Amino acid sequence: MKRVAIVGYAQHPILKNAGALNEVELIMPVVHQLFNDLGISQKDIDFTCSGSCDYLQGAAFAFVEGLSAIQTNPPIKESHVEMDAAWAMYESMLKIQMGDAETALIYGFGKSSPGDLDAIISLQMDPYYISPLWPDRVSLAALQARVLLNQNIISQEQMLATVMEARANSKNNKNALITDLIDESDYLNNPMVSSPLNKLDCPPISDGSSAMIIASEEKAYEFTDHPIWIEGIDHRIESSNLGSRNLATSNTLQASIKQLNLKNIKFDVAELHTQFSHEVPFLKFLLNLQDVPTNLSGGPLVGNVMMCAGLDAVGKTYESLKENQLTHGLAHATSGPCLQHNMLVHLEAKK
Amino acid sequence: MSDSKDLLRAPFELAYNYKRSSGPVMSEFFEALGQQKILGTKSRAGKVFSPAAEFDPETHESLKEMVEVGPGGSVESFSWIEAPQNHHLIKDPFAFALIKLDGADSSMLHMIADCNEADLSIGTRVTAAWSETSDKRITDIKFFTLEK
Amino acid sequence: MSAEDTPKDYSESPINLEYFYTAGSATTRFLNQVKEGNIVGQGCPKCKAVYVPPRGSCPRCGVATDIEVPLTDKGCIESFTVVHIPIPGNPIVPPYVCAMIRLDGANISFLHLIQDIDIKKIRIGMRIQAVWKPKEEWTHSLENIKWFAPIDEPDVDVATLRFQES
Repeated sequence: MKRVAIVGYAQHPILKNAGALNEVELIMPVVHQLFNDLGISQKDIDFTCSGSCDYLQGAAFAFVEGLSAIQTNPPIKESHVEMDAAWAMYESMLKIQMGDAETALIYGFGKSSPGDLDAIISLQMDPYYISPLWPDRVSLAALQARVLLNQNIISQEQMLATVMEARANSKNNKNALITDLIDESDYLNNPMVSSPLNKLDCPPISDGSSAMIIASEEKAYEFTDHPIWIEGIDHRIESSNLGSRNLATSNTLQASIKQLNLKNIKFDVAELHTQFSHEVPFLKFLLNLQDVPTNLSGGPLVGNVMMCAGLDAVGKTYESLKENQLTHGLAHATSGPCLQHNMLVHLEAKK
Repeated sequence: MSDSKDLLRAPFELAYNYKRSSGPVMSEFFEALGQQKILGTKSRAGKVFSPAAEFDPETHESLKEMVEVGPGGSVESFSWIEAPQNHHLIKDPFAFALIKLDGADSSMLHMIADCNEADLSIGTRVTAAWSETSDKRITDIKFFTLEK
Repeated sequence: MSAEDTPKDYSESPINLEYFYTAGSATTRFLNQVKEGNIVGQGCPKCKAVYVPPRGSCPRCGVATDIEVPLTDKGCIESFTVVHIPIPGNPIVPPYVCAMIRLDGANISFLHLIQDIDIKKIRIGMRIQAVWKPKEEWTHSLENIKWFAPIDEPDVDVATLRFQES
């Protein structure tokens, strides 16, 4: 496999409501920042891939408007995934592995504020058996939370600790949306949204964008003295037949752990795309991260731009390795109800 | 130049009315719902999936044998909503739940209503309550209620 | 034998979602002007191309188009088609003309209607001008322009409209 590295990452401040800014105006600053930081332009990019959800914007092919944010003349090689931009990164990896590109620009964007996110996400599922019931994403996550609590795989105390830690860590990310701290009584007195999840167990509605540039080994050192290598990347999806899944475990993550030989790696840091508090202790248990500093950026509980949060997990891991001279980082991205589809990315900084 | 002066907003509604082909397995499932019967599909190994699955999610076997399941079953998990949202079909407090119908090995996502949160736990027995009219959709089951 | 007796081999999946759409800064500036009866394009600071309606960014250069460029409501037809199918919810009677309107001073064209014209006479390069609704009816929308109609000015040679890198 060709060696590929992350050479840059930029994140827009996460906003509760981007207001007058539209998607193009959210994407432009992060792409420009990356280009300025690296001293490059669109001409140095062989392949561009974005991740977004047309139905956040309310129109089929809405993502095409996002391309107004970048230079498309002369014509560019471009693709899009109707998913979190972590998968745009995956597609870019494939492009580089196939020899069709040496450099790739990845960007994700999403405004959740204009629409009803719960209604939109409920329509992403099986249109015969599930979507007609309009189950919102919190209720679905809550179904898994209850199973995990019931089987003592996680505890209420762990959920509380996760929320408090997320708030405390938010100070590490200048772009975080929520930074105020909470105490135990705030949590215990918080009304349930969909039991057993209360409002603090859930991520905030967020608007924003993120961008990343990856490059093959040949090109990476032209951009930076400190490329962070993508040592392993793997993604798997479980059945969309929700009732046939075992919500107390994750077959997909177990398969990826094996594929990437993660059991033999001691990670220095991890960032997980955990939108709900119960998912942190659950994933830490599955991924054996109990002693690993996790979600030092605060994670999705302090800012959760749909279609970016997975890429942000990769980007925040990259930043951690670079800024703290650490070696091994693990990033996780997810999609679908109850952690149906998961990606693991092993990043390594070589000395 | 304040942001509120520059903020142009307009409400709009996006609406589509799709008609999706159901295929032979789901057509039969929805027909049966029209007769207040719940069906599942059975694999060669004897595993029953309800609602009727076209393929075994693990072995990928194409499933054709139909068996009747329910109408009672037990709660595998539930999430209680005290304040339903606009798009929810039920306006009073209710739960989404995974319900394993009698005779099935997988569970069905649906709703539980006409009860209190305290009445529910994993293992509670519930039974289907039917809509007055049938559209031959999953919503022909209006929701599940506590089994008497 | 009623329709209900035959097995249904399809499922209805009605979908409806509600949004509060926000226009974006560039579109907001443009529509605020349109509300006053003005058409103001936006220009790229690098290549000087003028875009109307503006999208906030120049695809040639990938930078924000932050130069306001007032334009008139006169221009020419860059392309057109005669439509024989009615528009749902619109009283317009087919056949009618949809055209790509290139306003004087703009580097791109936009779609609008042509009326008050003998369809047989319509041609590329024809000079046209906007016909506005009464001022009292103006809102933040290009629908303030009912349609474009021909004016008595010589045709434009559209080859001259090609973008010139300055």
